[in-house]
Amino acid sequence: MINASLKQLSHALAAKQISSVELTRLFLDRIERLNPTLNAFVTVDPEKSLKMAAAADARIAAGMAGPLTGIPIAQKDIFCAEGWRTTCGSKMLANFVSPYDATVIRKMHTEAGLVSLGKTNMDEFAMGSSNETSFFGPVKNPWDPSRVPGGSSGGSAAAVAARLAPAATGTDTGGSIRQPAALCNLTGLKPTYGVVSRFGMIAFASSLDQGGPMAASAEDCALLLNTMVGFDERDSTSLDRPAEDYVRDLDKPLAGLRIGLPREFFGAGCDAGVMAAVRAAIAEYEKLGATTVEVSLPNSHLSVPAYYVIAPAEASSNLSRFDGVRYGFRAEDYGNLDDMYMKSRAQGFGAEVKRRILIGTYVLSHGYYDAYYLQAQRIRRLIADDFVAAFESCDVIMGPTSPSTAFKLGEKAADPVQMYLSDIYTIAVNLAGLPGMSIPCGFAGGLPVGLQLIGNYFAEAQLLNAAHRYQQATDWHQRRPPGIV
Amino acid sequence: MSLTLEQVQRIAHLARIEISESEAATTQGHLNGIFQLIEQMQAVDTRGIEPMAHAQDLSQRLRDDTVSEEDRRAAYQAVAPETEAGLYLVPKVIE
Repeated sequence: MINASLKQLSHALAAKQISSVELTRLFLDRIERLNPTLNAFVTVDPEKSLKMAAAADARIAAGMAGPLTGIPIAQKDIFCAEGWRTTCGSKMLANFVSPYDATVIRKMHTEAGLVSLGKTNMDEFAMGSSNETSFFGPVKNPWDPSRVPGGSSGGSAAAVAARLAPAATGTDTGGSIRQPAALCNLTGLKPTYGVVSRFGMIAFASSLDQGGPMAASAEDCALLLNTMVGFDERDSTSLDRPAEDYVRDLDKPLAGLRIGLPREFFGAGCDAGVMAAVRAAIAEYEKLGATTVEVSLPNSHLSVPAYYVIAPAEASSNLSRFDGVRYGFRAEDYGNLDDMYMKSRAQGFGAEVKRRILIGTYVLSHGYYDAYYLQAQRIRRLIADDFVAAFESCDVIMGPTSPSTAFKLGEKAADPVQMYLSDIYTIAVNLAGLPGMSIPCGFAGGLPVGLQLIGNYFAEAQLLNAAHRYQQATDWHQRRPPGIV
Repeated sequence: MSLTLEQVQRIAHLARIEISESEAATTQGHLNGIFQLIEQMQAVDTRGIEPMAHAQDLSQRLRDDTVSEEDRRAAYQAVAPETEAGLYLVPKVIE
């Protein structure tokens, strides 16, 4: 059961081979045993989880179950869940018990009947690529506990990789689903911007943030995505479009699929072991009937610089709400109102969050707005246009997800710029608003390597199809970390 | 471009984040490293390029100006640091 797919779990629940309460207990026991080492969860509440499981069992018994009713999953602690502590990895929200549900939480739990195993650790306010900026301490990579799981959805990645949960949610602003999926041997999908509601998902950079599934396989991701998407009037950028079944095309043959290989993703700057695994994966795709074509994303080298203007600018605005008045941390001692703001924010935010607020404040300030913020937005347009041009000659773009495998804890923590460059292949996708995936494609030095798949707008079903067919022909995604039993 | 210590302190004040002398010095080093990365943008000629604020070119949806939410003030104020009689308490603003 621990390694079962969501489809297998669904069948087992429907056939009454196991109850949701039993299944939930199984995973709660693993969390209790393994989480002290991994630090993947920041909040577990077995009583709540088991109550949800009992309700799911009642739904199954009454014949009212959906395909995923009763299956337990982990929620990234960025999603507000009513009655659950929701911290976003920050001291600022360390005692915040959400009074309402995010739309994703409502859809997955209230509507689809999934059970929550708890809230997973993450970089503070999703700002990080290693999970080391969390107020609750770093998460360990199950493949090697001396290494990072990636970030910011590092707790979700470690939880699924160590089978503390069958699947989890993540959010991706610059690579925060795809990069930890790559570093922990998982399948992760960042949908097209606007497909998954951001209501109740604590905001980092609103024009880039997007929630999505993290699981062992493309099939699991497709099933989860079906429960997450949909128009939401409470999210002003939610897209009103016809519902899709993301499972429908999984088995379509890949003959004729045109894979675009951006020459900028296959040059210097990527570890040789990662590159070898990625090239072998592309050769496998050719065996499956796909053809490859070289494409170019000539402005992709500008994606990291532009992102570190746009994302901090939006963050500095979004995080101004944390002022010690309506919710969150308030300093103990302060003088006047201004002093209360200054001390609450100084003590409540960690170093990386403060850095990004300061960058954002600067680039939006009088006299610098045009040179930084508007210039970054113009470059964002160039980057998005590069993808439009590339998709004229291909269906899916492929390359590495991350330039390296999981790095050592502490290795990049002191140098923000080095840390930022670990998202060099993922950030352009967020700037353009495209869907992207990472799937396991081999190992380098015993550590997992991720293959990135980038699709055109709303091509999630096609990406999932390409990922699924590859996973039918290979078993990389079924490998489990050897030290975890 | 290079930020001075005074500029760092000025930005921190604008962002309402208290910063000590020594923190400001460390922060100055980090921010200047990051701005060195950002400066790569300045070499690009973007004249005539329309700034892209958003992935989807959408106009803001409008809705009727009617009450659509229930009153949950008590639940929302339960998470506030300090409230009284339905009001958020802050230090005295007017002397």
